[in-house]
Amino acid sequence: MPSTDRGVFSLIIINKAGGLIYQREFQAGLHKLSTNDYLVLAGTFHGVHAITRSITPKIPSVQPPSPATSSPSTTAPAASSYSYPNPGVPVTGLDYLETDKFRLTCFQTLTGTKFLLFTDPLTGNVDTIVQKIYELYADFVMKNPFYQIEMPVRCEAFDRHLGAWLRGRA
Amino acid sequence: MAAPPRHATMLSISNGDKPAQAQPQTQQTTLPQSPGLRVPSNRKTIYDRHLNRSRNAESSRASFAFLFGEMVTYAQRRVTGIQDLEKRLNEQGYPLGLRLLDLLFYRSTSTSSSALSSSSTSSSPPNRPLRIITLLHLIHGPLWRLLFGRAADALEHSVSPDTPNEYMITDNDPLVNTYISVPREMSMLNCAAFVAGIIEGVCDGCGFETKVSAHNQPTDLWPSRTVFLVRFGDAVMEREKVLERSGVK
Repeated sequence: MPSTDRGVFSLIIINKAGGLIYQREFQAGLHKLSTNDYLVLAGTFHGVHAITRSITPKIPSVQPPSPATSSPSTTAPAASSYSYPNPGVPVTGLDYLETDKFRLTCFQTLTGTKFLLFTDPLTGNVDTIVQKIYELYADFVMKNPFYQIEMPVRCEAFDRHLGAWLRGRA
Repeated sequence: MAAPPRHATMLSISNGDKPAQAQPQTQQTTLPQSPGLRVPSNRKTIYDRHLNRSRNAESSRASFAFLFGEMVTYAQRRVTGIQDLEKRLNEQGYPLGLRLLDLLFYRSTSTSSSALSSSSTSSSPPNRPLRIITLLHLIHGPLWRLLFGRAADALEHSVSPDTPNEYMITDNDPLVNTYISVPREMSMLNCAAFVAGIIEGVCDGCGFETKVSAHNQPTDLWPSRTVFLVRFGDAVMEREKVLERSGVK
């Protein structure tokens, strides 16, 4: 089954400061970048992500008719009268990026760590894959006493379980 | 070992207000009842509960993983090397083993149909083991079940004639190492030294002088397979011979 076999191309984890802490390819024959280029890619993506988050458009909030707004002098509404379309949902920034060759899914944890998953555009259930990777990260990286927070991930158990799970999926 | 943690916590309760008195009055009013250790409002501490209450209770694996991770981090401070770190972990486990032994016997005698009777030590009455094999079966079966919810995977005697005092208990996937990846430069380290300390405490509590160490023996199927090497002292081996001759079981 080639279509499911080449589901996940590679994974990149970026810490909250924009540094690359994990990079791994799951397919043979992918175009390789140098270590430095991966660091640049991580930093660039971190910046782009921050930009996409801040350019989220705001719409003027509907104000109930009151005597203050009826006065003609306040034509330009104050900045506070703009709000996000759905205030209950936090602004996330770039979620995914799709080309005809690959799909890049970005998942940001509450603490600001970003998981970048490169998959085949036809792969379904990418959210489930990302959630499982996050779970494995929480288990085998964050519970490891030898892992220093925000530093590159060198956890053999994480590599092993990640590889085994993705292979089991394929 | 002389000052058990229980004693220490009791001390911290009674001494809790001492540093607070040294503080200015304002401090005391803002923190009226924070003496370090939290005591439930109905004064029912963990020591007032029945010991069998938590018999079938299980604790969260994630909480344990974080707690054990912090214990390793704590032990890692100011250590000189891997052996020193393992020694510290061993020392953390030792008092636990001494106490677990009492708990194990208490629970096995207070109930008629216990988990002990269904184990490999079913033939022996629930009193302290006198012979090495009985002791090792107690560790391999009931102790492992109490700690990890399953028996250990293997119990072996050293095949070498030079070391008849060496026994090996194997655990294919030790619970304490589930989430731990040891860095490559410390590849000799096995954090199950903590469990080795527990075993040592149990053996010492039974009157068997022992040294226990944990060793990595990975296989393809079980990458974190651990062998606990139990080395009994000469006095124990001598006594074992006497007991064997007199037919004590």
